[in-house]
Amino acid sequence: MNPAELLYAESHEWVHVAEEDGQKVATIGISDFAIEQLNDLVYMDLPEVGKQVEAGSEFGEVESVKAVSPLYSPVDGEVIAVNDALTDNLETLNEDPYGEGWVIKVKVTDEGHLAKLMDQATYQKQCAEEG
Amino acid sequence: MVPFAGYEMPIQYQSIVQEHQACRTTAALFDVSHMGRLRFDGEGSEQLLDHLLTRRVSGMDVGRVRYGLVCNESGGVLDDVLVSHLETPSGSRFHLMVVNASNRDKITKWITPHLADFPHVTMSDRTELTAMIAVQGPRAIDVCGKLFSKLDLTKLRYYRAVITEQFSKPVIVSRTGYTGEDGLELIVRAEDARRVWENVMLAGREESFQAAGLGARDTLRLEAGMPLYGHELSEAIDPLTAGLQFACDLEDRSFIGDQALRQRAAQPLPKTRVGLELAGKRPAREGCAIVDAVGQAIGEVTSGAPSPTLGKPIAMAFVPTELAEPGTEVTVDIRGRGQVAHVTPLPFYRRSR
Repeated sequence: MNPAELLYAESHEWVHVAEEDGQKVATIGISDFAIEQLNDLVYMDLPEVGKQVEAGSEFGEVESVKAVSPLYSPVDGEVIAVNDALTDNLETLNEDPYGEGWVIKVKVTDEGHLAKLMDQATYQKQCAEEG
Repeated sequence: MVPFAGYEMPIQYQSIVQEHQACRTTAALFDVSHMGRLRFDGEGSEQLLDHLLTRRVSGMDVGRVRYGLVCNESGGVLDDVLVSHLETPSGSRFHLMVVNASNRDKITKWITPHLADFPHVTMSDRTELTAMIAVQGPRAIDVCGKLFSKLDLTKLRYYRAVITEQFSKPVIVSRTGYTGEDGLELIVRAEDARRVWENVMLAGREESFQAAGLGARDTLRLEAGMPLYGHELSEAIDPLTAGLQFACDLEDRSFIGDQALRQRAAQPLPKTRVGLELAGKRPAREGCAIVDAVGQAIGEVTSGAPSPTLGKPIAMAFVPTELAEPGTEVTVDIRGRGQVAHVTPLPFYRRSR
C-alpha cells in the first residue's frame, strides 16, 4: 500500500478501500507513527472472521511492554479476513506496517464513516501535534 | 514525558527493552530526582526514626544504609524508605531518609507532629535542593570508580553510603538501587546534576551506558521482585503480607504499628505476595483478578509486564496463602479471558555475583 493514498482514523488505524466482487472491502492496519510510539510490542489480540464491527468499536488490541492499546474499527461491517500470522511475528508491524503488517479486512456495510477519516496530510498534522 | 509526582518524567528515552537490557548487561542511568530526600539533624534523630520505622536506626554505624517501612498504628504501610547514616567532611553526622515521590508530602506531614517530642531534631526536605541519579548495572562500579578521586568505590560495600566529591562538588554516593543489579545512587546539588549526569555518561560511553526511563525502572524492579508503593504496598497492606518480614524488627522494640504487626505475625497470613509466570504471551496487568474454578476473584495482580530477561510475562500478585506454594497453578482473568499462570519464587531474576 502507498501510505499517501490511505485514509486514517484519529486512533491511528489506516484504511484502504477497494472494490471486490461489487463489494467495498476495507483493509485496516496500524500507522507507522503509532507502531513507533507503542514500541516494544509483545502481544496482539485479533478478532475471528465473521465478527461484526462498528465504526469506533474495539476489534482487538495490541500490547507493548508499557501498555495495552485497543484497536478501533474505522468502519461498519463484517470481518472477512484476519492476518493471524502477525500474532507470532509482531516485528512485521514495524517492518512493513502498510503491507505485510495489515491487520484485518472488513466488508463495509456503511460507507458513511469513510468520509470521517483523514487523508495522509491531515493525519500527519495530528501526529505532529501528538508527537 | 509524563507528569509524575510533580516532575516531568520520561517513560522511555529509546526503548524500554533496550534500556532494560543495558542495565542488565552494562549499566543504565536513571534520573530519580523525584524521590523525596529528608534530612534529620540533631540529638534524638535516631530515637525519632526508631519510633517511626519498622527497623532499628539507633546503633547504625556511620556509612550504613537500611531499608525499612513507615507504618500507621494499624500496621498499614505509609511508605517504604531507605535511611542512611552519614558524616560530613567537617564531622557532623545526620540521617537521610529517601522516600517515594508520591508519598513525600504524606510522610513529612506524618513526621512533623512527632518532632515536638524530639526538641533537638530538625527535619529538612532536601528534595528540591538536590538531584538524584541512579547508575545501575554490572559495569557501574568499575566505570564510576574513576569519577571519584577521593573514594575507592570498590571498597564501598553494598548498602553503604559516603559523602565524597566529584570534581570538587559534594556528592553522596550510596551503593544501593532498585533494579536487582549492583550499582550506585548519587545525590548531588541540583545545580551540579547535569554535569554529574554527563560525566557518568561520558565515563560509560565506551561501555554503552544508556539513559533509562520509568518504563525500564518498572520492568527491572519487577524482575528483581521488589515491591512498588501503590502496587504491592499501601496503607491497606501490612509488611508481613507483602513478604517484608526481613524489614520488620519486632523484638524488644516499640514503634508505630508494632502491636498490630505482632498480632499479625502471631497468626497465619490470609494472603501472601507471590510471583507469577504466565503461560502464553499476554501479560497480566495491575488489577487483573486471580480467579477460582468458578470465576470468583480470590486474589489480585498488583504489577505485571513482559519480562525482557525471561522473555515471558511475569507478575506479582496477592493470593490466598494456601495457593502461595511455588508451582501452584492459578488462573488470571485478563480482561475477560482466563490465562494459566504458575506461582514462581521471587525474585524472577537474580544477578550473578
